[in-house]
Amino acid sequence: MSVPALELRNVTKTFTMHLQGGMKLPVLHDVSFSAQAGQCLVLSGPSGTGKSSILKLIYGNYRCDAGEIWLRGNGAAVDMAAAPPRQILTMRRKVLGYVSQFLRAIPRVPSLDVVAEPLVAAGLSRETSRARAADMLRRFNLPERLWSLPPATFSGGEQQRVNLARGFLAEHPVLLLDEPTASLDARNRDAVIEMIRQRKAAGAAILAIVHDDDLRTAIADTTVDVTRFATAA
Amino acid sequence: MSPAEDQPLLTVDGISRYYGSRLGCRDVSFELYEGEIMAIVGESGSGKSTLLSLLSGQAEASAGTMRYRLRDGLEIDLRTAGEAMRRLLFRTDWGFVHQDPQMGLRMGVSAGGNIGERLMAVGARNYGDIRAAAAGWLHRVEIPADRLDDTPRSYSGGMRQRLQIARNLVTAPRLIFMDEPTGGLDVSVQARLLDLVRQIVAETRVAALIVTHDLAVARMLSHRIMVLKDGHVIEHGLTDQVLDDPHEPYTQLLVSSILPA
Repeated sequence: MSVPALELRNVTKTFTMHLQGGMKLPVLHDVSFSAQAGQCLVLSGPSGTGKSSILKLIYGNYRCDAGEIWLRGNGAAVDMAAAPPRQILTMRRKVLGYVSQFLRAIPRVPSLDVVAEPLVAAGLSRETSRARAADMLRRFNLPERLWSLPPATFSGGEQQRVNLARGFLAEHPVLLLDEPTASLDARNRDAVIEMIRQRKAAGAAILAIVHDDDLRTAIADTTVDVTRFATAA
Repeated sequence: MSPAEDQPLLTVDGISRYYGSRLGCRDVSFELYEGEIMAIVGESGSGKSTLLSLLSGQAEASAGTMRYRLRDGLEIDLRTAGEAMRRLLFRTDWGFVHQDPQMGLRMGVSAGGNIGERLMAVGARNYGDIRAAAAGWLHRVEIPADRLDDTPRSYSGGMRQRLQIARNLVTAPRLIFMDEPTGGLDVSVQARLLDLVRQIVAETRVAALIVTHDLAVARMLSHRIMVLKDGHVIEHGLTDQVLDDPHEPYTQLLVSSILPA
């Protein structure tokens, strides 16, 4: 097997709640697994076992207490658990995409620009970026009349599609998806499945949290049960 | 990444300031790169404004070093470079956006004059060019073209702040200091200003140090965040990491005190 695109080695995370008298909240213990390029790894397990926390640790949104998170793509190999902020931001721009459960909308920015932003950040012209963003929004069936509006007032499903379009557009070699179809209808769920298949065929490693069994069957090459990493609280 | 971008623009090491025995801020160290925005947050009296005035050379540090890399790649020591160099930097390389636009604008001079004055200070002489540049910047900060000849006295608070930003950015500075740039503005006006600053910074690659007590402003604008309390750096790192996974008791208190929208 080739060198994995994403590799977690003995990752451990405990939250210390100082406002609750320093209460310790152990979340994950000794998490080790790896994801290969061109494959989709699905994290499974009941709610509260730390699946979303794993994605946030990989993205550098949470800090690791111990362990290593190796990310490889576009010629770079970086331990996200030890990388300085600038390097984490570079990896997010060039290697690592993340579609969170909820879109963090910026006031006043139209949906089309929210979606196009990763391409603009990567140095493409605004026109090219917008044209490609429009194609992507079309694939997720977002009505064109909504494109010029900021997504803050959209329904949950519309926001999720903006979020997905943004996440898939940059074509990162490693992509994290947190319940990508949670508020989507069947047609849009199929659009997500098709996008995941395309990204896999293009060699991307995808790590997804999925509760829906049909979706898992459609996309997963490997499943990792997170329950074994959860610390007994 | 070009080699120049691998070198920090500003390197701060162990900067401290004492007012007699009272502490302004102590032992602050960080590096700032081109195109990078760092937010300095903390409550009133945390030392964040003191830090900004030390960094921008408006107050003198008691200890530490501050090195700045000029356009030709040469690094200078800001603490020993002297007043003439500081004034030169403020004309050519730096900008300062004050919380109160009246501090950063000439209230009796037209908007066009406010912008043009900065260009003339770096050698622009052609009236037509200066006026065109001023009009271009007014447009960029979303001020109607027919307000070019009005003085900022006739402007709203939000317009004044946008004009101050235009005045600062017209000379294409490499580093801009901002002291509570959205303080005192209505939330809708604030959102517009933040969006504007975000766009301009992304387009111009200017580095920015932004002092704010508003964590939402820090989250929206900054790449990195430095949390100050009683003149000390409590926590420092990637903005979303510090705000979503704060480790220090004080940072956890600040984050948990944000009112949900």
